[in-house]
Amino acid sequence: MIAIPLSWYIVFATVLFCIAIAGIFINRKNVIVLLMCIELMLLAVNTNFVAFSRFLGNPDGQVFVFFILTVAAAESAIGLAIVVLMFRNRRTINVGEIDSLRY
Amino acid sequence: MNHATLQMVCFIVFAVVAVGAALAVVAAKNTVHGVLALVLTFFSTACIWMLAEAEFLSLALVVVYVGAVMVLFLFVVMMLDIDMEPMREGFIKHLPLGIGAAAIMLIEMLGIIGVRALNVQPGLNPAGVSNIKWLGEALFTRFLLPFEIAALILTVGLVAAVVLALRVRTFSKRQNPAKQSAVRAGSRVRMVKMAAVAQVPASAPASEEPQA
Repeated sequence: MIAIPLSWYIVFATVLFCIAIAGIFINRKNVIVLLMCIELMLLAVNTNFVAFSRFLGNPDGQVFVFFILTVAAAESAIGLAIVVLMFRNRRTINVGEIDSLRY
Repeated sequence: MNHATLQMVCFIVFAVVAVGAALAVVAAKNTVHGVLALVLTFFSTACIWMLAEAEFLSLALVVVYVGAVMVLFLFVVMMLDIDMEPMREGFIKHLPLGIGAAAIMLIEMLGIIGVRALNVQPGLNPAGVSNIKWLGEALFTRFLLPFEIAALILTVGLVAAVVLALRVRTFSKRQNPAKQSAVRAGSRVRMVKMAAVAQVPASAPASEEPQA
Protein backbone atom coordinates (compact mmCIF):
# COMPACT_ATOMS: atom_id res chain seq x y z
CA MET A 1 0.00 0.00 0.00
CA ILE A 2 1.39 3.32 -1.03
CA ALA A 3 0.52 6.29 1.15
CA ILE A 4 2.44 8.92 -0.78
CA PRO A 5 0.45 10.91 -3.36
CA LEU A 6 1.54 10.80 -6.98
CA SER A 7 2.09 14.55 -7.05
CA TRP A 8 4.90 14.27 -4.51
CA TYR A 9 6.89 12.07 -6.88
CA ILE A 10 6.29 14.41 -9.80
CA VAL A 11 7.29 17.49 -7.82
CA PHE A 12 10.45 15.73 -6.68
CA ALA A 13 11.33 14.74 -10.26
CA THR A 14 10.63 18.28 -11.48
CA VAL A 15 12.92 19.82 -8.88
CA LEU A 16 15.68 17.37 -9.78
CA PHE A 17 15.27 18.10 -13.49
CA CYS A 18 15.42 21.86 -12.97
CA ILE A 19 18.55 21.56 -10.85
CA ALA A 20 20.15 19.63 -13.71
CA ILE A 21 19.08 22.34 -16.20
CA ALA A 22 20.64 25.01 -13.99
CA GLY A 23 23.79 22.88 -13.74
CA ILE A 24 24.13 22.74 -17.51
CA PHE A 25 23.75 26.53 -17.72
CA ILE A 26 26.25 27.19 -14.96
CA ASN A 27 28.95 24.59 -15.59
CA ARG A 28 29.08 24.63 -19.34
CA LYS A 29 32.87 24.55 -19.52
CA ASN A 30 33.38 21.18 -17.82
CA VAL A 31 32.40 18.18 -19.92
CA ILE A 32 32.31 15.78 -16.98
CA VAL A 33 29.87 17.96 -15.03
CA LEU A 34 27.73 18.23 -18.16
CA LEU A 35 27.58 14.44 -18.39
CA MET A 36 26.67 14.25 -14.71
CA CYS A 37 23.84 16.76 -15.23
CA ILE A 38 22.51 14.63 -18.08
CA GLU A 39 22.53 11.64 -15.74
CA LEU A 40 20.55 13.71 -13.22
CA MET A 41 17.96 14.58 -15.88
CA LEU A 42 17.59 10.93 -16.83
CA LEU A 43 17.14 10.08 -13.16
CA ALA A 44 14.33 12.63 -12.85
CA VAL A 45 12.58 11.27 -15.93
CA ASN A 46 12.97 7.72 -14.64
CA THR A 47 11.40 8.73 -11.33
CA ASN A 48 8.38 9.99 -13.25
CA PHE A 49 8.17 6.73 -15.17
CA VAL A 50 8.38 4.66 -11.99
CA ALA A 51 5.74 6.69 -10.19
CA PHE A 52 3.26 6.68 -13.08
CA SER A 53 3.82 3.00 -13.73
CA ARG A 54 3.03 2.20 -10.12
CA PHE A 55 0.01 4.46 -9.90
CA LEU A 56 -1.51 3.29 -13.18
CA GLY A 57 -0.83 -0.36 -12.39
CA ASN A 58 0.97 -0.80 -15.70
CA PRO A 59 4.41 -2.41 -15.84
CA ASP A 60 5.33 -0.83 -19.19
CA GLY A 61 6.74 2.27 -17.51
CA GLN A 62 9.14 0.26 -15.41
CA VAL A 63 10.21 -1.74 -18.48
CA PHE A 64 10.95 1.59 -20.12
CA VAL A 65 13.06 2.67 -17.15
CA PHE A 66 15.00 -0.56 -17.55
CA PHE A 67 15.80 0.31 -21.17
CA ILE A 68 16.66 3.91 -20.28
CA LEU A 69 19.14 2.64 -17.69
CA THR A 70 20.71 0.37 -20.33
CA VAL A 71 21.08 3.08 -22.93
CA ALA A 72 22.30 5.62 -20.36
CA ALA A 73 25.00 3.23 -19.16
CA ALA A 74 26.23 2.73 -22.73
CA GLU A 75 26.02 6.47 -23.34
CA SER A 76 28.09 7.40 -20.32
CA ALA A 77 30.70 4.73 -21.10
CA ILE A 78 31.16 6.07 -24.63
CA GLY A 79 31.01 9.67 -23.43
CA LEU A 80 33.73 9.09 -20.86
CA ALA A 81 35.85 7.31 -23.47
CA ILE A 82 35.49 10.37 -25.70
CA VAL A 83 36.49 12.61 -22.76
CA VAL A 84 39.60 10.49 -22.15
CA LEU A 85 40.48 10.66 -25.85
CA MET A 86 39.91 14.42 -25.92
CA PHE A 87 42.12 14.94 -22.89
CA ARG A 88 44.84 12.76 -24.42
CA ASN A 89 44.88 14.74 -27.64
CA ARG A 90 44.26 18.28 -26.39
CA ARG A 91 45.39 18.13 -22.74
CA THR A 92 42.15 19.85 -21.74
CA ILE A 93 38.46 19.09 -21.36
CA ASN A 94 37.43 22.72 -21.30
CA VAL A 95 34.59 23.18 -23.78
CA GLY A 96 35.70 26.78 -24.36
CA GLU A 97 39.01 25.59 -25.80
CA ILE A 98 37.56 22.91 -28.07
CA ASP A 99 37.07 25.23 -31.01
CA SER A 100 39.34 23.96 -33.77
CA LEU A 101 36.40 23.42 -36.11
CA ARG A 102 35.69 27.15 -36.02
CA TYR A 103 38.80 28.22 -37.91
CA MET B 1 3.04 7.27 14.11
CA ASN B 2 1.14 5.02 11.77
CA HIS B 3 2.32 3.36 8.56
CA ALA B 4 1.27 6.08 6.12
CA THR B 5 2.86 8.87 8.12
CA LEU B 6 6.08 6.91 8.38
CA GLN B 7 6.18 6.50 4.59
CA MET B 8 5.62 10.20 4.06
CA VAL B 9 8.34 11.12 6.55
CA CYS B 10 10.75 8.73 4.82
CA PHE B 11 9.88 10.19 1.43
CA ILE B 12 10.50 13.74 2.63
CA VAL B 13 13.83 12.80 4.19
CA PHE B 14 15.06 11.00 1.07
CA ALA B 15 13.80 13.74 -1.23
CA VAL B 16 15.53 16.47 0.79
CA VAL B 17 18.79 14.49 0.79
CA ALA B 18 18.55 13.84 -2.96
CA VAL B 19 17.81 17.47 -3.83
CA GLY B 20 20.59 18.72 -1.57
CA ALA B 21 23.06 16.29 -3.11
CA ALA B 22 21.94 17.32 -6.60
CA LEU B 23 22.64 20.95 -5.69
CA ALA B 24 26.06 19.86 -4.47
CA VAL B 25 26.70 18.15 -7.83
CA VAL B 26 25.96 21.39 -9.64
CA ALA B 27 27.87 23.65 -7.29
CA ALA B 28 30.84 21.45 -6.38
CA LYS B 29 34.20 23.13 -6.81
CA ASN B 30 36.03 19.82 -7.02
CA THR B 31 34.65 17.38 -9.57
CA VAL B 32 35.47 14.39 -7.36
CA HIS B 33 33.17 15.81 -4.69
CA GLY B 34 30.56 16.33 -7.39
CA VAL B 35 30.72 12.67 -8.40
CA LEU B 36 30.41 11.57 -4.77
CA ALA B 37 27.39 13.85 -4.34
CA LEU B 38 25.88 12.30 -7.46
CA VAL B 39 26.31 8.88 -5.86
CA LEU B 40 24.34 10.15 -2.85
CA THR B 41 21.64 11.50 -5.18
CA PHE B 42 21.31 8.16 -6.92
CA PHE B 43 21.18 6.31 -3.64
CA SER B 44 18.45 8.53 -2.17
CA THR B 45 16.46 8.30 -5.38
CA ALA B 46 16.78 4.52 -5.24
CA CYS B 47 15.25 4.67 -1.76
CA ILE B 48 12.39 6.78 -3.15
CA TRP B 49 11.82 4.21 -5.90
CA MET B 50 11.76 1.58 -3.20
CA LEU B 51 8.95 3.53 -1.51
CA ALA B 52 7.07 3.38 -4.83
CA GLU B 53 7.36 -0.41 -4.68
CA ALA B 54 9.73 -0.57 -7.64
CA GLU B 55 12.14 -2.84 -5.81
CA PHE B 56 13.89 -4.34 -8.81
CA LEU B 57 14.65 -1.03 -10.50
CA SER B 58 15.71 0.48 -7.22
CA LEU B 59 18.29 -2.24 -6.65
CA ALA B 60 19.32 -2.14 -10.32
CA LEU B 61 19.92 1.59 -9.96
CA VAL B 62 22.21 1.00 -6.99
CA VAL B 63 24.08 -1.88 -8.62
CA VAL B 64 24.35 -0.51 -12.15
CA TYR B 65 24.66 3.20 -11.50
CA VAL B 66 26.35 3.51 -8.14
CA GLY B 67 28.33 0.33 -8.67
CA ALA B 68 29.44 0.71 -12.26
CA VAL B 69 28.75 4.03 -13.94
CA MET B 70 29.70 6.26 -11.02
CA VAL B 71 32.88 4.27 -10.42
CA LEU B 72 33.68 4.81 -14.10
CA PHE B 73 33.14 8.56 -13.60
CA LEU B 74 35.38 8.50 -10.54
CA PHE B 75 38.10 6.64 -12.43
CA VAL B 76 38.02 9.12 -15.30
CA VAL B 77 37.97 12.18 -13.03
CA MET B 78 40.86 10.88 -10.95
CA MET B 79 42.85 9.63 -13.95
CA LEU B 80 42.79 12.88 -15.87
CA ASP B 81 44.97 15.60 -14.46
CA ILE B 82 42.54 18.44 -14.98
CA ASP B 83 43.07 22.02 -14.01
CA MET B 84 39.66 22.98 -12.66
CA GLU B 85 40.16 26.73 -12.22
CA PRO B 86 39.74 27.92 -15.84
CA MET B 87 36.58 25.87 -16.19
CA ARG B 88 34.87 27.73 -13.37
CA GLU B 89 35.45 31.21 -14.74
CA GLY B 90 31.93 31.59 -16.10
CA PHE B 91 30.35 30.26 -12.91
CA ILE B 92 29.30 33.58 -11.40
CA LYS B 93 28.50 35.11 -14.78
CA HIS B 94 26.11 32.33 -15.80
CA LEU B 95 24.64 31.85 -12.32
CA PRO B 96 21.67 34.27 -12.69
CA LEU B 97 20.84 32.90 -16.16
CA GLY B 98 20.94 29.30 -14.96
CA ILE B 99 18.90 29.92 -11.86
CA GLY B 100 16.42 32.04 -13.81
CA ALA B 101 15.88 29.43 -16.51
CA ALA B 102 15.58 26.66 -13.96
CA ALA B 103 13.18 28.66 -11.82
CA ILE B 104 10.94 29.50 -14.77
CA MET B 105 10.84 25.86 -15.82
CA LEU B 106 10.13 24.78 -12.26
CA ILE B 107 7.25 27.25 -11.89
CA GLU B 108 5.75 26.21 -15.21
CA MET B 109 5.96 22.51 -14.47
CA LEU B 110 4.63 22.90 -10.94
CA GLY B 111 1.80 24.98 -12.39
CA ILE B 112 0.87 22.14 -14.72
CA ILE B 113 1.01 19.64 -11.88
CA GLY B 114 -1.07 21.91 -9.66
CA VAL B 115 -3.67 22.55 -12.36
CA ARG B 116 -4.09 18.88 -13.04
CA ALA B 117 -4.60 18.34 -9.28
CA LEU B 118 -3.42 14.78 -9.32
CA ASN B 119 -5.55 12.87 -6.92
CA VAL B 120 -4.83 9.56 -8.59
CA GLN B 121 -5.38 6.60 -6.38
CA PRO B 122 -2.78 3.86 -6.51
CA GLY B 123 -3.64 1.39 -9.22
CA LEU B 124 -4.16 -2.25 -8.65
CA ASN B 125 -1.00 -4.12 -7.91
CA PRO B 126 -1.96 -7.76 -8.31
CA ALA B 127 -2.00 -9.13 -4.81
CA GLY B 128 0.72 -11.63 -4.08
CA VAL B 129 2.71 -10.82 -7.20
CA SER B 130 6.09 -9.35 -6.43
CA ASN B 131 7.44 -6.39 -8.34
CA ILE B 132 10.12 -8.44 -10.07
CA LYS B 133 7.59 -10.98 -11.34
CA TRP B 134 5.28 -8.19 -12.46
CA LEU B 135 8.12 -6.56 -14.36
CA GLY B 136 9.64 -9.77 -15.69
CA GLU B 137 6.39 -10.99 -17.16
CA ALA B 138 6.11 -7.81 -19.22
CA LEU B 139 9.80 -7.77 -20.08
CA PHE B 140 10.07 -11.32 -21.36
CA THR B 141 6.78 -11.49 -23.23
CA ARG B 142 5.82 -8.25 -24.92
CA PHE B 143 9.25 -6.62 -24.74
CA LEU B 144 11.43 -9.56 -25.69
CA LEU B 145 12.77 -8.04 -28.91
CA PRO B 146 13.65 -4.67 -27.28
CA PHE B 147 15.34 -6.66 -24.53
CA GLU B 148 17.57 -8.37 -27.09
CA ILE B 149 18.26 -5.04 -28.78
CA ALA B 150 19.27 -3.62 -25.40
CA ALA B 151 21.85 -6.40 -25.12
CA LEU B 152 23.11 -5.46 -28.57
CA ILE B 153 23.36 -1.79 -27.55
CA LEU B 154 25.44 -2.72 -24.53
CA THR B 155 27.76 -4.80 -26.70
CA VAL B 156 28.17 -1.95 -29.17
CA GLY B 157 28.83 0.44 -26.29
CA LEU B 158 31.47 -1.88 -24.87
CA VAL B 159 33.27 -2.27 -28.19
CA ALA B 160 33.04 1.45 -28.91
CA ALA B 161 34.47 2.42 -25.52
CA VAL B 162 37.38 0.01 -25.92
CA VAL B 163 38.13 1.11 -29.48
CA LEU B 164 37.95 4.80 -28.56
CA ALA B 165 40.20 4.57 -25.52
CA LEU B 166 42.68 2.09 -26.99
CA ARG B 167 46.00 3.71 -27.71
CA VAL B 168 48.08 2.12 -30.45
CA ARG B 169 51.72 2.84 -29.68
CA THR B 170 53.63 3.22 -32.93
CA PHE B 171 57.08 3.23 -31.36
CA SER B 172 56.84 -0.01 -29.41
CA LYS B 173 58.13 -3.26 -30.83
CA ARG B 174 55.53 -5.96 -30.70
CA GLN B 175 54.27 -8.94 -32.58
CA ASN B 176 51.34 -8.79 -34.92
CA PRO B 177 49.51 -12.12 -34.54
CA ALA B 178 47.44 -11.55 -37.68
CA LYS B 179 50.54 -11.17 -39.81
CA GLN B 180 52.16 -14.10 -38.04
CA SER B 181 49.33 -16.48 -38.75
CA ALA B 182 48.88 -15.21 -42.30
CA VAL B 183 52.47 -15.97 -43.25
CA ARG B 184 53.14 -18.57 -45.97
CA ALA B 185 56.12 -20.82 -46.53
CA GLY B 186 56.95 -18.99 -49.76
CA SER B 187 57.70 -15.74 -47.94
CA ARG B 188 60.18 -17.38 -45.57
CA VAL B 189 62.05 -19.96 -47.75
CA ARG B 190 62.65 -19.46 -51.44
CA MET B 191 62.56 -22.73 -53.33
CA VAL B 192 64.90 -22.76 -56.28
CA LYS B 193 64.72 -25.42 -58.96
CA MET B 194 68.10 -26.54 -60.14
CA ALA B 195 69.65 -29.55 -61.77
CA ALA B 196 71.56 -32.13 -59.71
CA VAL B 197 74.80 -31.55 -61.68
CA ALA B 198 76.03 -28.09 -62.36
CA GLN B 199 76.73 -27.53 -66.04
CA VAL B 200 79.92 -25.89 -67.04
CA PRO B 201 79.12 -22.70 -68.91
CA ALA B 202 79.69 -23.75 -72.49
CA SER B 203 80.04 -20.54 -74.46
CA ALA B 204 82.65 -18.51 -72.58
CA PRO B 205 85.37 -21.19 -72.27
CA ALA B 206 84.68 -22.33 -75.85
CA SER B 207 85.42 -18.92 -77.30
CA GLU B 208 88.63 -18.60 -75.34
CA GLU B 209 89.97 -22.11 -76.14
CA PRO B 210 91.60 -21.45 -79.53
CA GLN B 211 93.63 -18.58 -78.15
CA ALA B 212 94.92 -20.63 -75.22
